[in-house]
Amino acid sequence: MLGIIGKKIGMSQVFEENGDLLPVTIVEAGPCLVVQVKTPDKDGYSAVQLGFEKKSEKHTKKPEFGHFKVAKTEPYRHLSEIRDFEPDRSKIGELITVDMFKVGDKVKVSGISKGKGFQGVVKRYNFRGGPKTHGQSDRFRAPGSIGASAYPSRVIKGMRMPGRMGNENKTILGLTIVKIDPENNLLYIKGAVPGGKNGIVTIRRQER
Amino acid sequence: MDKLAAAVADQLRTDIPVFKAGDTVAVEYKIIEGSRERTQRFQGVVIARSGGGINETFTVRKISNGIGVERIFPLHSPKISSITRISIGKVRRAKLYYLRKLKGKAAKIIEKR
Repeated sequence: MLGIIGKKIGMSQVFEENGDLLPVTIVEAGPCLVVQVKTPDKDGYSAVQLGFEKKSEKHTKKPEFGHFKVAKTEPYRHLSEIRDFEPDRSKIGELITVDMFKVGDKVKVSGISKGKGFQGVVKRYNFRGGPKTHGQSDRFRAPGSIGASAYPSRVIKGMRMPGRMGNENKTILGLTIVKIDPENNLLYIKGAVPGGKNGIVTIRRQER
Repeated sequence: MDKLAAAVADQLRTDIPVFKAGDTVAVEYKIIEGSRERTQRFQGVVIARSGGGINETFTVRKISNGIGVERIFPLHSPKISSITRISIGKVRRAKLYYLRKLKGKAAKIIEKR
């Protein structure tokens, strides 16, 4: 698998060659450095750890700095692991840039979704709410029944109820790379990706 | 220019004439049917320009056989082969949505000289 860490710049649109409009998310991805290589013998699985966005030594805690010292690299602000990375690029110090992707590649994009706060079931789980007419009051966005009565006389676990929504790790599968700008390290991905502007996202190539 | 606008700046067209709401324009629009390509002319009054940068669109309204027809074009679309300004209208608003309710002579826009 091939992957890269990036920062979401925002959404815009791109004209296709035949003139059709495509909605795209523009992500400033990489250049990322391989900071650590994990192998099945040593760690039980194979992966690489990528670093994105350099930071100064001043902003790095000592134990973390030691981690970068082992790899003989500068400290990075964002670290992310990518499992089963391309074997020929799994070397410490290897530079990962956007031009390793191709236009038309299918990718999956992970990031932390926008926090929505405490939300009811209509927004959180797409419940339909209650009827608006026929003498109803205060039931427009109510969840309805949450279970039976004396038996089991409790609410079963996992019942969908109001609560905190968003601000969790989400992965969107099957997005397509529309355009690549290696000069400015930009990836143009068709569709939406999780998180707000300047959010950190991981882009991984989807094999099959 | 911020990064987002800069990322799509190369797609902006520079050959677009100056026109605003109230003007009468003729838009030549390319239509691809299989392998054949032809242009379609749409002439009418610009009633709105909205959005900015690559997202900008404009709305053209005309009366076709007594029925009002509106078309929204992306301003920077490569499918637009030409925009010609036929007349300049004298209007006091940026959005002329009130024209939808008017008919006949009332819906006519005074030409600026």
